[in-house]
Order: sequence, then structure tokens, then C-alpha cells
Amino acid sequence: MNAPQKPEMKKVVNESGIEVKPLYTAADVEASGGMEMVGEPGPPPFTRGIHREMYRKQPWTMRQYAGFGNPADTNQRFKYLIANGQTGLNVAFDLPTQIGLDSDDPMAEGEIGRVGMSIDTLRDFEIAFDGIDLKKITVSLTINGAAAILIAMYLAMAEKRGYDIKELRGTAQNDILKEFIGRGTWIFPVEPSNRLVGDTIEYCAKEAPKYTPVSVCGYHIRESGATPAQEMAYAFCIAKAYADDAIRRGLPVDEFAGRLSYNFNIFGNIFEQVCKFRAGRSLWAKIMKEEYGAEKPGSMWLRMIAAGGGGGLTFEQPEVNIVRGAYYALISALSGTQTMALCSYDEAYTIPTEYSARISLRTMQLLIEEMGLTETVDPLAGSFYVETMTNEMRAKMEEIMAEVDAQGGIVKMVSEGTIQAKVSAQAYQMQRNIDSGAFPKVGVNCYRNEKEEDHPVEFHPYNEEDARHQIEGLQKIRAERDNDAVAAALARLRADAAAGTNVMPALMAAVKAYASVGEMTKELVNVFGRYQEPIRF
Amino acid sequence: MTERTRPIKILLGKPGLDGHDQGAKVVARAMMDAGFEVIYTGLRQTPEQIARIALEEDVDVISLSSMAGSHIPFCRKLKPLLEEAGLTDKLWVIGGNLPAQDHDALRELGFKGIFPSGSKLDAITEYIRSNTK
Repeated sequence: MNAPQKPEMKKVVNESGIEVKPLYTAADVEASGGMEMVGEPGPPPFTRGIHREMYRKQPWTMRQYAGFGNPADTNQRFKYLIANGQTGLNVAFDLPTQIGLDSDDPMAEGEIGRVGMSIDTLRDFEIAFDGIDLKKITVSLTINGAAAILIAMYLAMAEKRGYDIKELRGTAQNDILKEFIGRGTWIFPVEPSNRLVGDTIEYCAKEAPKYTPVSVCGYHIRESGATPAQEMAYAFCIAKAYADDAIRRGLPVDEFAGRLSYNFNIFGNIFEQVCKFRAGRSLWAKIMKEEYGAEKPGSMWLRMIAAGGGGGLTFEQPEVNIVRGAYYALISALSGTQTMALCSYDEAYTIPTEYSARISLRTMQLLIEEMGLTETVDPLAGSFYVETMTNEMRAKMEEIMAEVDAQGGIVKMVSEGTIQAKVSAQAYQMQRNIDSGAFPKVGVNCYRNEKEEDHPVEFHPYNEEDARHQIEGLQKIRAERDNDAVAAALARLRADAAAGTNVMPALMAAVKAYASVGEMTKELVNVFGRYQEPIRF
Repeated sequence: MTERTRPIKILLGKPGLDGHDQGAKVVARAMMDAGFEVIYTGLRQTPEQIARIALEEDVDVISLSSMAGSHIPFCRKLKPLLEEAGLTDKLWVIGGNLPAQDHDALRELGFKGIFPSGSKLDAITEYIRSNTK
């Protein structure tokens, strides 16, 4: 009789395309490049973290994404989150605001305050941040197409409240190149869009040197179908495009590079993600040092928010997303992030309730208070598996960046739609693999409930009344403000945009005169035109 | 039953201002693989644009992908425009982030095929194949 057949060991390849072995030893670390890039936390190459003590000194900032309805509604949610221990704010804007439309624009109908708060003028920002200490609570604005306008509005609001903008900290997402790949809140064509990012970097380097004008997002590229290695590699290509623009303007690298930050995703295989972050930190330092000649350590830091995880959450059995979120938070903590946030369990359905947002906050607080994640820096260092995979992920990212260069660079690929086509083809393949069960998703293609239960998901109400109030508020401002001053400010904005002068001083003057987001956007569209989406499959 | 002489022609639209098009593009690819001719509109389509393209392109199916919650107000505006254009005999389908509580309203607005998040790609293409004359 034949001996029972040994089960064939299945070959495992992670999403980034790297084979995962059943066992790692010192020989694997050696074969993948050794421990050369590991170092210590604090100094370069930063694999283990950008600070020596990391969370011993200060735990990660907790910054749940929030915003809906009118500025007053959002102000209330902000205060609720802060009262529950949140240490930063991450502002969600509605779609009209994100693409530069006023609330009374016919295109805005039905969308006002729906996926974020509605902002028309400086008055709305004054209401949204009323009673919040902007020194204690740093604010991140999730805004891209209209970022230059909203950054000006934030700085003007802070100035009006008596803060010195030279000392003001905060972040704007302001990563337009990724909006062309995923998320889609573009307004202007690629080239002037990039120029606006450059204007904000240049202006902040000079006038608001502690403000972070850009948070380069691998996050949404990953959500659009990129692998973890591509997520980080494409984000680095994009960051380099912004850095190149700043250099062309004559800014020394050490004057702006320290204020670039990043936003990455946290869903997927735990080890692949943690190694992605460790690898990315040393790769970015190498790029800044060797390619850009950065000298200040801060210019080489991969400062980031490792957060969200929306792409991994499921519509089915939404309560299980609470558990997924806990693992994602663990990934984020092990990654050495500066800031953390989690998609809430109901976020595949709706805007989170206070209840679900609080569960996300408690999930992160558990890691700090009960689980020991803040006690020791980079606790996975020295593991044969983790160090090998970190080396292999770094090599994979370098390979992907070289491919982008060989194809003419990220700006060209985004303009032509080739990168969009590539990630969307991958998203399609992933969906096929989920549909067939080849890529397991608990509750979706395995361990399904026989009958989906009625889920305890409370839908965020949409209030038509709020939209009316928002429009009335805007009309009231238009009636009360000095309209000659507005016209003069808008004329200057148009002239500066056309002349190639940095538009930020003109935008500062316009927002202070209570010009609206839509009015300022229109001036810029008149000069720059509108983006035409390349449709490619 | 007569054989079709041309492939099923589908308009796939992204209504409203939302830019989350990963799902729309995935479904577009599934439709192309199923042998359908797909006209993908790209982002930010108004009801007027969708009705116009549907008419001009003489499509068999009008499909929408909505993720950001504005599906009901949008479809309310789209329905009379499609009726006016004489497109009531076409198959109207919608997919995306569509809460169960909205499905009856969408059906009343003429959308026979409703595919919320979690729908399988083959279920979408098979439904379209068997409901298109």
C-alpha cells in the first residue's frame, strides 16, 4: 500500500508579487541584501522609524475622517471626537466644495453636505473651527482640486483668530496627481494642477513653514487597484514630480522637503504591509539624499498617516469590520506611523455614526493603553521574515519606479491615462478572484451567513433643509461683503494665474474679502481650462 | 426567439460629482468581456448628458454606477428625460452603494436591475443578457 500522499504545499505569493516562504532563516536575510538598511530608529536609513523613542515620547495622532452637512453640524462632530480623546482633525468636504462649486451652483443640487461639510466662504471655516484650539489640535484638510483655495482659507481663518501662521501646524492633502488615478476630484488640466501644488509648496515654505502643504497619497491608488508595492512606488514618483517642480522654482530641497508628508493604506496581509512601510521609509530617505542632495534628516523623513483600510472592509457581515479594523490598526502601529485613523465598520454603507466613529477611536486607544504597542520601537525588527520581506519590498518598489521612469514618468502616464488603465485592470482581476473565491474574503466568498442578517447599520440622514440653509448663508454673505473688494481680488487672482505668478497671495486676499470657493475656481478655470478625462481600458 | 444581430450596447454612466470610479471601470471591463459594446461616460455626468448619449448612441441598456449617495435625486431627474427621449423600452440598471431601503424607490423610478455593492460581476452581465431584447 502506498504511503499517504503528503499534501502538496501551495505556493504563496503576496499581492505585491513576492513569493512567501514557509520558513525564513538568517540565510534569507543575507540573500535579500542583509541587515545593512536596518540601522537604528532615529538616524538614517530610518527603516526602524524616523524618531529614536517613537511612541514612548508621544503616541500616534488619532485623526478620524469627519465632516457632513453644514459647518455647524461638523463643528459639533469635531467637538464630540475631541471630547472622546481624538488628538487631530481630518476634515471631509462635500463634493461641490471639493470640485470648486458654490452651494447655489445647479451642479451642486442634491450633493450639498452629503459626503462632507459644505464650504462656500471664510465664514463657513470660522463656524467649523469655532472653539477649537488650533495649537493643540492639528487639522488636516482632505482637499485636492480646490486645495490652494482651501489652504488660503484655513491660513486666513487662523490669522483672523490671532494665530501666527509662521508657527501654525496642519496638513492639506493637496495631491492632485493621485486624483487623476483615483478619487477624481480634479478641476484643471494636469499641468496647471501641478503648478497650483507648486504654488502652495512655495508659499508655505516661505510664509507658513510649519504647515504641511501636501500629503502624497498612495492610499487612493491602492483603493483603485494598485498592489501595496505599487501604492508606495507610485506615491514616491508623484512626490518626486512635486519636488522637481519646487526645485525648478529655485527652492533649496531642505527648505521644502521636510514639509512633504504621506498617506498610505493599511488593509491586506499584515507582514506585507508592515514591511511596505519599513522598506518605504529607507527608500524615500535614499531618494532624497542621493537624488536630491538633501542634508537635513527631516527632509529625508517619510512622515505619514497610515490609515483607513476602506478597500478591505466588506458590505457583508459589517460587524466583522470592527475586527478587521483592529488588525489594520495593529498594522498601522507596527508600521511606525505618525498618525492613525480607521474606517468605521459601517463605512461601506454610510457616513459613520458617533457610535461607530467612537468604536474606531477606542480601537486605536486599546493599542496604546492595553496592548503595549507604544512601549518599544519597531518591535518586529530582526525577524528573519520581516527583514527579508522588507528588503524584497524595497527592491520591488525600486523596480516599479524604474518602470515608470522607462515609460516617460508619472506625469506623462497620468496624462495619457496609462497608469489608470493599469490599476483598473488589476482591480478587475482582483474582483474576478474574489468572485471565484481564489482570493479569500471572509463573509464574502467563504464563511458566508446562510442568510444575510439585518445589519445594525444606521444610515446617516441627509437633510435637504441643510442645503437650503447653506445657500441662504452664501447669499447673505454676498449681500453683506464689500463686493468691490471681491471684484478687485478676483481680478488680481485672474491676472496672477495668467502671468504665472504664485497665486497664493491673491487667494489670501480673495478669501479674506469673503470671495466664495466657486468664484475663485471660476477665475482659475478661465485661465487654466478644465481637465478632460482620458478614457482608456 | 431571434438571434441578436449586433452585440448588446450599453451606456455606463457615472452620475453626479463623485469621482470613485474603480467599481464602474471594473464593471465596464466585465461587460466588455461578456461581449457587450460599452460606452463609458467618465465622471460627472448630468442627467441631460446621460439621456443625450443614450439616445445618440442608440443603446440597449442604460446603466449607472453611484457610490456617494445621490442616486435617488439623480434618478428622479433622469427618469423624465429618458421618457421624453423615448427610451422607456430600454433596460435601466443601477449599481453601487445602494442601501436596501432605497431599492423600491429606484424600481419605481424605472430601474429594473439593482446591483448593490457585493454583487457578482457574472450576475450583472447575466441579468443584462437575459433581460435585453
